[in-house]
Amino acid sequence: MASISLKNLVKKYDDGFPAVNDVSIDIADGEFVILVGPSGCGKSTLLRMIVGLEDITSGDLYIDETRVNDKAPRDRNLAMVFQNYALYPHLTVFENIAFPLRLAKGKFSEDDVQQRVRTAATTLELTDHLDRKPGNLSGGQRQRVAMGRAIVRQADAFLFDEPLSNLDAKLRGQMRAEISQMQRRLGTTSVYVTHDQTEAMTLGDRVAVLKKGELQQIASPRELYEQPVNLFVAGFIGSPSMNFLPATAEGNILKTPIGDIAVPEALATQAASKDIVLLGIRPEYFEDASLVEESKLVHGTVFTAEPSHTEWLGNEQYGYIHFEPAPEVKDLLDGLARDLDADELRPQVVVTLDAASRIRGGRAAELWLDTRRLHVFDPATGENLTRDAAAGAALTEDANRERAEEIERAGREAAEAG
Amino acid sequence: MKKTTAKTRIIWIVITIVVAVYALFPVFSILATSFKEPSDLSNGKLLPTSWSGVNYEQILVGDAQELFLTSLRNSIGITLIATAIAVVLATLCAYAIARLDFPGKKLVLTTALAVSIFPVISIVTPLFNVWRTIGLYDTWLGLIIPYLSLTLPISIWTLAAFFRQIPWELEQAAQVDGATAWQAFRKAIVPLAAPGVFTTAIIAFFIAWNDFVYGISLTSTEAARPVPAALAFFTGASQFESPTGAISAAAIIVTIPVVLLVLGFQRQIVSGLTQGAVKG
Amino acid sequence: MSAPVDTRTGRRRRETGVVLSERRRSERRLGWWLAGPAFVVMLLVTLYPILQAVWDSLFNFRLTAPGDKSFIGLKNYGVILTDSLFWRDLGVTSLITVITVVVELVLGFALALVMHKALKSLRGFVRTAILVPYGIITVVSAFAWFYAFDINSGFVNNWFDWVPGIGPDLNWFADTWTSLSVIMASEIWKTTPFISLLLLAGLAQVPDELTEAAEVDGATWWQRMQRVILPNMKAAIMVAVLFRALDAFRIFDNVFIMTNGAYGTEVLSLLAYRTSIGRLEIGLGSAISVLLFLCVLIICFVAIKLFKVDLAGAQGGK
Repeated sequence: MASISLKNLVKKYDDGFPAVNDVSIDIADGEFVILVGPSGCGKSTLLRMIVGLEDITSGDLYIDETRVNDKAPRDRNLAMVFQNYALYPHLTVFENIAFPLRLAKGKFSEDDVQQRVRTAATTLELTDHLDRKPGNLSGGQRQRVAMGRAIVRQADAFLFDEPLSNLDAKLRGQMRAEISQMQRRLGTTSVYVTHDQTEAMTLGDRVAVLKKGELQQIASPRELYEQPVNLFVAGFIGSPSMNFLPATAEGNILKTPIGDIAVPEALATQAASKDIVLLGIRPEYFEDASLVEESKLVHGTVFTAEPSHTEWLGNEQYGYIHFEPAPEVKDLLDGLARDLDADELRPQVVVTLDAASRIRGGRAAELWLDTRRLHVFDPATGENLTRDAAAGAALTEDANRERAEEIERAGREAAEAG
Repeated sequence: MKKTTAKTRIIWIVITIVVAVYALFPVFSILATSFKEPSDLSNGKLLPTSWSGVNYEQILVGDAQELFLTSLRNSIGITLIATAIAVVLATLCAYAIARLDFPGKKLVLTTALAVSIFPVISIVTPLFNVWRTIGLYDTWLGLIIPYLSLTLPISIWTLAAFFRQIPWELEQAAQVDGATAWQAFRKAIVPLAAPGVFTTAIIAFFIAWNDFVYGISLTSTEAARPVPAALAFFTGASQFESPTGAISAAAIIVTIPVVLLVLGFQRQIVSGLTQGAVKG
Repeated sequence: MSAPVDTRTGRRRRETGVVLSERRRSERRLGWWLAGPAFVVMLLVTLYPILQAVWDSLFNFRLTAPGDKSFIGLKNYGVILTDSLFWRDLGVTSLITVITVVVELVLGFALALVMHKALKSLRGFVRTAILVPYGIITVVSAFAWFYAFDINSGFVNNWFDWVPGIGPDLNWFADTWTSLSVIMASEIWKTTPFISLLLLAGLAQVPDELTEAAEVDGATWWQRMQRVILPNMKAAIMVAVLFRALDAFRIFDNVFIMTNGAYGTEVLSLLAYRTSIGRLEIGLGSAISVLLFLCVLIICFVAIKLFKVDLAGAQGGK
């Protein structure tokens, strides 16, 4: 068990391109931290710097209180699960799992090795496959072997490099749950790289969002979702993504391409500080006005818009409203789309509606918008002008407490079972 | 998938037989010749009237023993040494090409390509002259060096293609698992690279074993003359006896290692040659 | 963070910067240390001799009279290029090259198809059989074919005497065309496996979905071959043809064993060999060697420029 501290880590390649730029993260003992971001954001590089496969150009890396910048990977006592599993094709499953133990010559007796591998295999339901070669295993089984190799020796931390990206969707969900439970049970500090936000949101105690090598925000999933620091984090977290609408303030009214929206005083004040702002609205802040209860209606505003089409998904439905953004905002939105790895941010607003809603494409509809949760962004800097740092911190604090409780419960259950 | 019907099975068996006859008949014909007695050679038939080992006797224990066994020893020695040197140099070179980033990588590969299409005979004349001057003419070393021009390029290409396919991240995985750099190489990479190196060695061996031009041009005596060249200078036991039987027997003996290697390592040879040919 | 710590990290930053480029430099150094020996050996055994040959070709130089060595400029080339023997040998060599490559391409493609598609249970056997000619010594192949056709020890005359023109008295090796046929047969038999392996590699690269899609679209076997497989193998075919053409152009062993160049079957390599090794005319022989080398260069140049054969690409270069 160990804490890991990244202090101003920088990775520069020969051409001077900084793959990782001044990243500082403190990972507490037993914490599960996710590194997430679009491809090329430096998340894998950062992970490989922690494990020692990439040099650190500058900055310091501490495991517990020891500075490990100059230590070889094998001296860092970390276990890593690679994207392609990195199983040794010439060794059986048993020997693959036993590999790290065999390397520590003399440290483990043969009985010890046998017992540890069997225990790990039982945990991962691999007992029947111990004599097979990795080439004959399914994707999920290979994944388990890779995890087995990580848990068999008591490493100080687990590092995962997109471990589920080669599995199909169903298996991915299942393995996600298994990794989560295993981490809680073992209470081992874990760092997990992914580009999949479902994994990020469900697995992480805290999620670090990276963009072009720079840390944007590190916080609990809920804080990221509800109190993003900037346009990038707001757009990256959440699916369907947050809608961004150019808006100009006139009193308490925000003029937007899809209509005029009455907003609370505080929000209007922030919006009025700039000539033009970007209004961030998550799809679920909208609702079919006819389905909103009286008591709730007062918390928002009702306006009329015409969706081009709707998609019914059973539990909910999506409506799409097109708009023509002003040219100066269009460049900004395109740039954001590029950062987010999308081809082009469609100039449209996605709204989530109740499955019972009768709103259909091509007809004007009354929509209700919950204005309490809107965010206003500065188009020039991308900064979230309405972020409530205190509320965000409280959310992350909650998450920390919950984590502590879960680990304690897992430990208690393990003690009872053992 | 389509099911294999009885009809397609039969068609394939016929095709296989045709291909096998095509590929093996000439070998069989010289094999049959090698068992003919001298008086039987002109029987006008494929098979000997009676199978006789007299030709083998002649080259292994009889009059031609000296000539054949010496050249066989030369062939084996020179070919194995040339193969070994080529494989060692090519392994280092291919490792660098597949794994390291250094300027001139492309130059090395292009050079190997250029050398492999070089007309051997264009090199022979100057080598003949130089070797005579510096005393390498008619020596093992005098053949081993030019053999490298035959074996090195294809070894480099084959191995570079092979090494590119090795999942090198295993080396890193092993280091994270607690291995030293050497252990990582030894336990994770060597077991994966060894088959490629071995296959390359077989291919290089075939090529060196096959040489004729250098063999007849750069040797003059039994000191270094390899079998293919010796065969061309074989004469019969007496002036009036044709060497056909003895040559056939000798030809069969030098074909044995080829057949054994092909039988044992068909799969590796095919994949080695096809991988070297198409991008790795 | 306090100021002193900052200056310390600042200093370390510079230091590690130096360390890093040192590591890059050492990687380059290591690269050359590893690749260097092979590279140097390759240059030594080809570049140096060919330069030596160019130099020697400018002299009147015979080993029988080494004292008479004198610089004569391009006269050796003049002698060769005005000699009808050279042109006849060039013609024979080119003829052999063209015929064997064409036949081998067709035959090799058929073999590649067989190796690619053969039933799993037969595949190993087929491939093993095809590899035998690949591995066999060319001289052995030459003797095998020679003895089979030879008027004294052969059985071909006997077997095929029902074919008009073939009879017990036919001496295959006493006529240009008959001896060239046998020479080419041996050459084709021995080298077709190589071309078929190159083609097999190309064949394996055509994705199955393509042929399946064509099948669904209603293409017959022949149409799939013609419109889907062959166009997608073009690069592999070109490379195979070029490699074989260059190889066929240096044909030597078969001719040497079967006729030793008699009856108008002499090829360029043999001419070079006879001139320099046989008659010890180093100057003249070197000039022929250089000309042969130039021919190979021209073939390469034509193939690469005209037919856009991408050797490096197809050969695994990046």
